[in-house]
Amino acid sequence: MKRQSRFVFSMLVFGYAFLYVPLLSVVVYSFNDSKLATIWGGFSTRWYVELLKNDQVISALLLSLKIAISAATLATFFGTMAGIALSRFGRFRGRNLFTGMITSPMVMPEVITGLSLLLLFVTLQQLTGWPSQRGYATITIAHTTFAMAYVAVIVQSRLAAMDQSLEEAAMDLGGHPFRVMIDITLPLILPAMVAGWLLAFTLSLDDLVIASFVSGPGGSTLPMLIFSKVKLGVTPDINALATLIMLFVSAGVLVAWTIGRRMRRP
Amino acid sequence: MSAVTSRRGDIWQRFAVAIPYLWLLVFFLAPFAIILKISVADPVMAQPPFTPAFDDAGGLQISADNYAFLLTDKLYAITYLKSVLMALSATALCLLLGFPIAYGIARAESATRNILLLLIVLPFWISFLLRVYAWMGLLNNYGVINNLLMWLGITEQPIPMMYTDFAIYIGLVYSYLPFMILPLYATLERMNLDLVEAAQDLGATSSRAFWDITWPLARPGVIAGSLLVFIPATGEYVIPYLLGGPESLLIGRVLFDEFFVNRDWPLASAVAIVLVVLVVIPIVLLQRYQAKAAEQTA
Repeated sequence: MKRQSRFVFSMLVFGYAFLYVPLLSVVVYSFNDSKLATIWGGFSTRWYVELLKNDQVISALLLSLKIAISAATLATFFGTMAGIALSRFGRFRGRNLFTGMITSPMVMPEVITGLSLLLLFVTLQQLTGWPSQRGYATITIAHTTFAMAYVAVIVQSRLAAMDQSLEEAAMDLGGHPFRVMIDITLPLILPAMVAGWLLAFTLSLDDLVIASFVSGPGGSTLPMLIFSKVKLGVTPDINALATLIMLFVSAGVLVAWTIGRRMRRP
Repeated sequence: MSAVTSRRGDIWQRFAVAIPYLWLLVFFLAPFAIILKISVADPVMAQPPFTPAFDDAGGLQISADNYAFLLTDKLYAITYLKSVLMALSATALCLLLGFPIAYGIARAESATRNILLLLIVLPFWISFLLRVYAWMGLLNNYGVINNLLMWLGITEQPIPMMYTDFAIYIGLVYSYLPFMILPLYATLERMNLDLVEAAQDLGATSSRAFWDITWPLARPGVIAGSLLVFIPATGEYVIPYLLGGPESLLIGRVLFDEFFVNRDWPLASAVAIVLVVLVVIPIVLLQRYQAKAAEQTA
C-alpha cells in the first residue's frame, strides 16, 4: 500500500463516516418500536408490517416503477442515437445546439426544467387538447428528456474509447451503414446501454421536483408521497420505507458492480 | 469513412440525428420559449392564469412589469444574492472536503480504490430525498446528535440546528459531495505522482509541491466538480424546504411558491428566466471543459 499521509487518511475516515452515518441512523431507527421517531422504545418490525398494508404507498410505488421503466426505455432509445450521432457522425448542421441541448438538462436546476415542461404541457393542451390530464404520460416525457442526456454521455464515452476500425472494415467490405450499426456497433455498446438504462431508471425513480410540476391531481409518485409526509417531520414508517429502498438499491448496485468487474476481466 | 459509404448512410444518419434532435427541440428548447412568453404576460384570474400574447384585436400585449418588479423589489435581489452565495460557499466546502478524499482514493491500491469509489457512488443511487430526510432525524432538537450531546453532558439544552442555514449547508454538502469527488478523482488518478516525489526529492516542502504541482494539474477536475455542484445548488428546492427555516428563502423555493401557492405564473416565469441567466455562463463553461476532457480521452 502506498503511504497515505495521516491527514489524507483521517479525511477519508471522516468523509465516509459523514456519508454513511446518516443513512445508518435511518436504518437503526426503522426498527424502533416507539411512535416518537427519535426516542428508542425497543426493537420492533411493526413499521414494516404497517408499510405493506398501506395502499397509498403501494400504488405510488407502482406508478413510480411504471414511469421509471417507460422513461428509462425511451431515454435509452433516444440517448443511444444521440450518443452515436455525437461520437461517430463528425460535424453536422446544428451540432453545437444539439450538444448544448443534450448536456444542459443534466445540470439545469430542477425547478426550471419542471416549470418549463409544465408550461409546455399547459400550452399544448390549450392548442391541441392533449394532454387532457397530467400524470403518467407527462411525467414519463419529462423524465425521458433529462435522463436521455445521461445515456447519451455514457454511450458517447464508450464509443470514444472504442476503436473504429471494426466498423470501418465492415463498411469497406460493403456493409450498409445501418447493418453495420446493428451487427457491430450495437453489440459493442450494449454494456453502456444497460448502464445508461439503469441510471435513467434510478434518476426517474428518484425525481421529486420535476414530477411535482408536471403531475396532476391523483398522479402521486413515491417521492411525492414521501415528501408530503416528510414535510411534517420524521416518522417511523418512512424510516422503514427508506431502509427498504436503500437495501434494494445497494443490492442492485452491488450486483451490477460485480458483473461489471467480471466482464472487464479478460 | 469513404465518401461513397457516407452517402449511402446519409438517410440513416439523418434519421438517427433527427429523432433525438426533434425530441429535444420540442421538450427542452420550446419550453424555454414558452417561459419567456409567459414571463412578459400579466397575471389574470383565468385558466390558464395569464394574459395571452395577442389581444382580441390582434395587437401585441406584452409587459416588462414582472422584470421591473424583480429588479425593484429588494426581497428578490436579496434572495438571488443569498442563493448564489450559499451555492458558492457549499461549493467551497465540497472542495475542501472532497479534495483530500479524492486524493486519498486516487492514491489507494487498485482493489481498495474500486471499493472506495463504489462507496462514493452508492449514495448517489440512493434517493436524494431520503438522504436529505436522514439529516432531519439527526439535526432535530430531540434528534440523534442532540441526544448524544446531552447524554455526554456537553450541553444541557438541545442546540437548535434544524431549520437553520447550518442545516442547509449540511444538506447541500452532503448531497452534492459525490459530484465534486468524482471529477476530482478522474484528474488526480491520471496525474503522475512521480512529479510530486521528484519535487520533494529536490527539496520542495510538501505544501510547495502541492501548490506548484498537484493543484495546477488537478485544476480541470476542480473546475468541473465546482460547476457540477454550483449550478444545481443555486436553484435547490428540497434541501432549503426540508432543512431550512421559514426565513431562509432561497430562489428555488420562491419560484415554487410563487407558482403553486400564489399562482402567479408570469412572475414565476420571470423568476425562472433570471435564474437561467444566472446559471447559463457556468453551464457553457462546464460544456467547454467537458468537450476538452472528451478530446483528451479520445
